[in-house]
Amino acid sequence: METAAEIVQHSGGVIGVSWLTIVLPLLGAAILLLGGRRTDRWGHLLGVAMSLASFVVAVLVFVELLGFGPDQRRRVVELYDFLPGGTIDVKMGLLLDPLSISFALLITGVGSLIHIYSIGYMAHDPNRRRFFAYLNLFIAAMLLLVLADNYLGLYVGWEGVGLASYLLIGFWQHKPSAAAAAKKAFIVNRVGDMGLALGIFVIFTTFGTVAFGPVMSGVPQASQGTLTLIGLALLLGACGKSAQLPLQSWLLDAMEGPTPVSALIHAATMVTAGVYLVVRSGPIYVGAPTAALVVTIVGVATLLAGAIIGTAKDDIKKALAGSTMSQIGYMMLAAGLGPVGYAFAIAHLIAHGFFKASMFLGAGSVMHAMNDEVDMRKFGGLASKMKITWITFGLGYLAIIGFPLLSGYWTKDGIIETAMEHNPILGWLAVIGAGITGFYMSRLFFMTFHGKPRWEKDVHPHESPAVMTWPLIILSIGSVFGGGFLIAGNRFMEFLAPAVGRPEEMPSFHPFSVTGLATLALVAVGVAYAWMRYGRAEVPAVAPRGSFLTVFARRDLYGDAINEALFMRPGQWLTRLAVYFDNRGVDGLVNGLAALIGGTSGRLRRVQTGFVRSYALSIFFGAALLVGAWFVVGNL
Amino acid sequence: MSTLAAAIDAPTIEYAELSPMLLVFGAAMIGVLVEAFTPRYLRKSIQMPLTVLSMLGAFALTVWQGIQGVRHAAAMGAVAVDGPSLFIWGAILLLAIVSVLLINDDDHFVAQAAAVPGSAEEDRAISEGGAHTEIYPLVLFAVGGMMLFPAANDLLIMFVALEVMSLPLYLLCGLARRRRLLSQEAAMKYFLLGAFSSAFFLYGTALLYGYAGSVDLSAIEKSLSTVGGQDSLLFMGAAMLGVGLLFKIGAAPFQAWKPDVYQGSPTPITALMASGTLIAAFGALLRVFWVALGNLDAEWTPVLWAVAILTMVVGAILAITQTDIKRMLAYSSIAHTGFLLTAVVATGKEAQNANALSGILFYLVAYGFATVGAFAVVTMVRDPGGEAGHLSRWAGLGKRSPILAGIFALFLLAFAGIPLTSGFFGKYAVFAAAVSGGAVQLVIVGVVTSAMAAFFYVRVIVLMFFSDPAPEGPTIAVPSIGTAAVVTLAAAATVVLGVFPQPVLDLAHTAAQSLFVR
Repeated sequence: METAAEIVQHSGGVIGVSWLTIVLPLLGAAILLLGGRRTDRWGHLLGVAMSLASFVVAVLVFVELLGFGPDQRRRVVELYDFLPGGTIDVKMGLLLDPLSISFALLITGVGSLIHIYSIGYMAHDPNRRRFFAYLNLFIAAMLLLVLADNYLGLYVGWEGVGLASYLLIGFWQHKPSAAAAAKKAFIVNRVGDMGLALGIFVIFTTFGTVAFGPVMSGVPQASQGTLTLIGLALLLGACGKSAQLPLQSWLLDAMEGPTPVSALIHAATMVTAGVYLVVRSGPIYVGAPTAALVVTIVGVATLLAGAIIGTAKDDIKKALAGSTMSQIGYMMLAAGLGPVGYAFAIAHLIAHGFFKASMFLGAGSVMHAMNDEVDMRKFGGLASKMKITWITFGLGYLAIIGFPLLSGYWTKDGIIETAMEHNPILGWLAVIGAGITGFYMSRLFFMTFHGKPRWEKDVHPHESPAVMTWPLIILSIGSVFGGGFLIAGNRFMEFLAPAVGRPEEMPSFHPFSVTGLATLALVAVGVAYAWMRYGRAEVPAVAPRGSFLTVFARRDLYGDAINEALFMRPGQWLTRLAVYFDNRGVDGLVNGLAALIGGTSGRLRRVQTGFVRSYALSIFFGAALLVGAWFVVGNL
Repeated sequence: MSTLAAAIDAPTIEYAELSPMLLVFGAAMIGVLVEAFTPRYLRKSIQMPLTVLSMLGAFALTVWQGIQGVRHAAAMGAVAVDGPSLFIWGAILLLAIVSVLLINDDDHFVAQAAAVPGSAEEDRAISEGGAHTEIYPLVLFAVGGMMLFPAANDLLIMFVALEVMSLPLYLLCGLARRRRLLSQEAAMKYFLLGAFSSAFFLYGTALLYGYAGSVDLSAIEKSLSTVGGQDSLLFMGAAMLGVGLLFKIGAAPFQAWKPDVYQGSPTPITALMASGTLIAAFGALLRVFWVALGNLDAEWTPVLWAVAILTMVVGAILAITQTDIKRMLAYSSIAHTGFLLTAVVATGKEAQNANALSGILFYLVAYGFATVGAFAVVTMVRDPGGEAGHLSRWAGLGKRSPILAGIFALFLLAFAGIPLTSGFFGKYAVFAAAVSGGAVQLVIVGVVTSAMAAFFYVRVIVLMFFSDPAPEGPTIAVPSIGTAAVVTLAAAATVVLGVFPQPVLDLAHTAAQSLFVR
């Protein structure tokens, strides 16, 4: 395997001012938040403008980067001394390389489309300006996360994303469920963040630095045990942000946020952070096969769990959330496979960014038409009422199930093939996952757009305004061609190689390999079964009780129940115990002490009689004591 | 004649080095002349600028001396112009200037001191708008005394300085415009007890002279190793001297005057006493104990340990049950005296002493500004009969005038030593010095009493912000420009010293480097 290219110092040019990508949306957020109600009228426009401007800068940086030879494409821009001090000296800089710029383009590109879409979606919300401020903050934090040239900068962005996601998921904080979901996302993420923080601590103690370049070049000197520790700690962080088992529980609840938020979190930004972290730390996992194996196991487990959850959900957004979990699982799996998988992981991530954003925004469009209804059992037959949404959603749907020649086909098949070569068990599980994906996505699609209408009485579906449909159209173009463009001829793999290292042999794409055909066959079975159950047959308006398996899936595989039993209840007992101890033990002691001091004070106060003679007497006795003491001490 | 002239050497006086003090005393003399020879209506417009300008000039001269780096005993060894002296002079002058801005409000002082309280004569004096412009020269004399006190290198000069500083203050304490009886009582008490303690000081001086044959501090130090068998004289003398000094700083068990005097005095004078006098007295205390008795520290350290502990505990505990804001601040001042004493006893090698001294100097400046600011706020919260002293009247102040209450809260937090205020670094510096000087137990007591002290500071904040205002609560006086400037300056100093303490810490450190000249 060839390692990644050297990192080159850079100044000047567009790359020299690449910090603008981060600063512009940050500035937007600051203006909108500090400006308050005064900015209400044009706030959303400013938000969109800042996001678009950031996208433009990212494109210009990308073009300039392409101007360098492949081995010159890793460039660091020094910004300032972030943490100067004793033994730790962190310089803040941005690392512009094929990996980070891919993310930056995805984040700003898809992010901008979501911004534009939100103008229409949030048109009637009185707090639209604040919403855009948070969106800008989210973009800025995410960009810092992927562009920072060191783990500490990444951590700052990571926490910024956590904060912004908290604010956005709980945006409708008047709904208790939204507030709870925001809190849940935040708390679960904290568990992951702790892992990341620990990982960074170990990195610092091992390598004496947190900058990516020196850390990666120092990996060969570190012991395997240390690398495994770092790898697992970072994985815990990645699991939190990317909603991988066992920290997946927040993702489904996060649907409480406005739908564009779901699109932003799921498609372009937050959940991809974990994949980025693993890929960026690639050399560490190469040096720690155990940690890499755990990554693949987590990936496979999550891709199956997400898919199973997706099969039973009637809430369109939750079904999509299950699918996100599952797809990120594929990326994680690929990322765990080492340099061979990196390109597929990132390619799938980008393709997923397009089709998932398109589907989430499509779901938003459907909800917009159905008075914010999310229960698919009350949809049906929408295809004729909202053609653009139907077509764009359909293209996204075909892409995700891996319909030949659409985006998902190229990228997901690449992952499955690579996994199969690596370890057949992982490979076959991934194939099964693909089959389930075919089923639950078809179920979702048919229940929403086909079959007989099962609408509530006063619902009159209509197509969404142009400001919402255009982003859908643009995204669906990406979901059709993106994957093919990236994978065919190993284009993306070649592009990414300087950043993540070049695998020993470039994988070649076999359209008719056994694995590929098996996948296609299983997907076809899934689609057909879904058509029988939900396309042709009547869909009951009320969900049937379902088998044990259905209930299992519907309850998110009892993830919440496990969390409650394992952590919440013992935690509550612990807090109750602590409160009891505090009330009885500590407070008793403190109050007793306070009473003692207060009483002493009250008694001592009486000494202060106000008579000069008694004061003089006290001085006299004091003096006598002082002299006496002096004699005693002096003669010791 | 010529033989006599040869027998008595004309004393050499280093005028340049003493110039700050000389300027203040000179201005005080001119102030007296102004009182004698100018018409009543002109006096204030002459006295106020004279006072402020002379002190500003003295401050400039102090800075000049500091830049010159002068460090030796001037005036035939009677006055030590060294780093600590210059730093203390600067601090006293700045705080005195700020206090004079408060004093400038006529409202605080009696119209005619000679009129019996409540008499028709008093009413007439008030309606005629009488005022005692003598307060300005009195303040100048007091400030001059405060400057000489810590710089005196000779026990007799020190005693003279003590009296020059105290006598005007006794008088000023009795000049409150309202609650005059309380004010006069305070003045009387302060005078009687002050005289009592001065007697101790003088007696101690006499005994030490008997022991060492000199009143010069460095001569006393030298005699410690040469004179033998006179320990009774030495111990008695040193202890008596200590009583006089501990009385001035208000350490327990000599603290009884503080609450009564602080409460009764006109608040601007309280501010001047609580800041300036405390600094001056600490300077003198350090000079006596570190210079004259420096080699005797094994004997006096345990005694001062006990005094420090007692002072901290008495101050913190008694403050808890106070209901009058000025009395509470007085007890808080006692507690702070105790905190400062922890560093006084932490002597050791030269570096340790410099460390402790710079901590004390910084603490004094930080505490001085917060104190002047706090008393300035007290002058602004008024009842019909004068300042609203009772704490219950302060309830809900935060709702009625949030800015004022916020600033007062800032000063209280500084007293409590909360980070980002000057008090934090002051306390940190002093306690750190005490720990490195081996006084760990003392610091533990200090921290515990700090926690107790935090209670009564925070209680006032809670009262101001979380209680409902009294229905006919006190009015907030529209501050004069002077008072507003004082509050602003003090608040700014408290924040700046809490956020960027380094320049002043450095200055204190530089001043402390030379320690005291011998």
